[in-house]
Amino acid sequence: MKKKINELELKLPAISINEAVSRSIVSAFVAELDPTVEELGDLRCAVSEAVTNCIVHAYRGREESALGYIYISVRLYDTREVVIEITDEGCGIEDVELARRPHFSGGEPDERCGMGFLVMESFTDHLSVKSQKGEGTSVLMRKNLKP
Amino acid sequence: MQKDVIFTEKNGMLIAGICCDVDHHTAKPMRERIDKKLFEIRPQTLVIDLSSVDFMDSSGLGLILGRVEKAAALNAEVVLTGASPRIMKLISLSGIERIRHLSVIK
Repeated sequence: MKKKINELELKLPAISINEAVSRSIVSAFVAELDPTVEELGDLRCAVSEAVTNCIVHAYRGREESALGYIYISVRLYDTREVVIEITDEGCGIEDVELARRPHFSGGEPDERCGMGFLVMESFTDHLSVKSQKGEGTSVLMRKNLKP
Repeated sequence: MQKDVIFTEKNGMLIAGICCDVDHHTAKPMRERIDKKLFEIRPQTLVIDLSSVDFMDSSGLGLILGRVEKAAALNAEVVLTGASPRIMKLISLSGIERIRHLSVIK
């Protein structure tokens, strides 16, 4: 039976400066498990992708004053498992399967390249995405750090 | 404020040395600065130097792809250099090193 050894709950407004803030905080928090530089780099990047999705997609079309929040939860287990959940209360994703498919879209105004979910999936051991149209999206990532 | 891109011109090359974290937040002002310089100088080659970049996510891939597109419109090639093993992992994952008008020097 794995035992939770620490947990973090974070609520940040969905503004782009918080991409760097969230990955720095998560990275500092996970340091307790003494991850390798590579593992930490993977997690930093995966968190950055998930948070960017909330900022770019979840609350799009809203006035600056009506932007929502990003909720980040991190749990550390004695099995060296890290579980990160990143949730928004935005527009939701109509077709999650389609959204997870990598697609180059370099020409878009925002020049996001459509690789976010692929990065999250590749840099962690497990990714699940739950979304409800009009309710929001929740991304859950698990990574098992090397013993 | 710390500069995000440092430009150097040499033998028909424009070198854009990126010197900050590359994410969605930082990419926008950077790409505007690079494009402005690119269309002003009209080099044969745009070198994007990542050797001073500590962190990059897929917004950086978007930044690179976008510059390849812009450079191709000026008949210029893009060369990517200085990527750390960490950033190479991201680049290999995306497969962008295989696109036309872009070469990656390891």
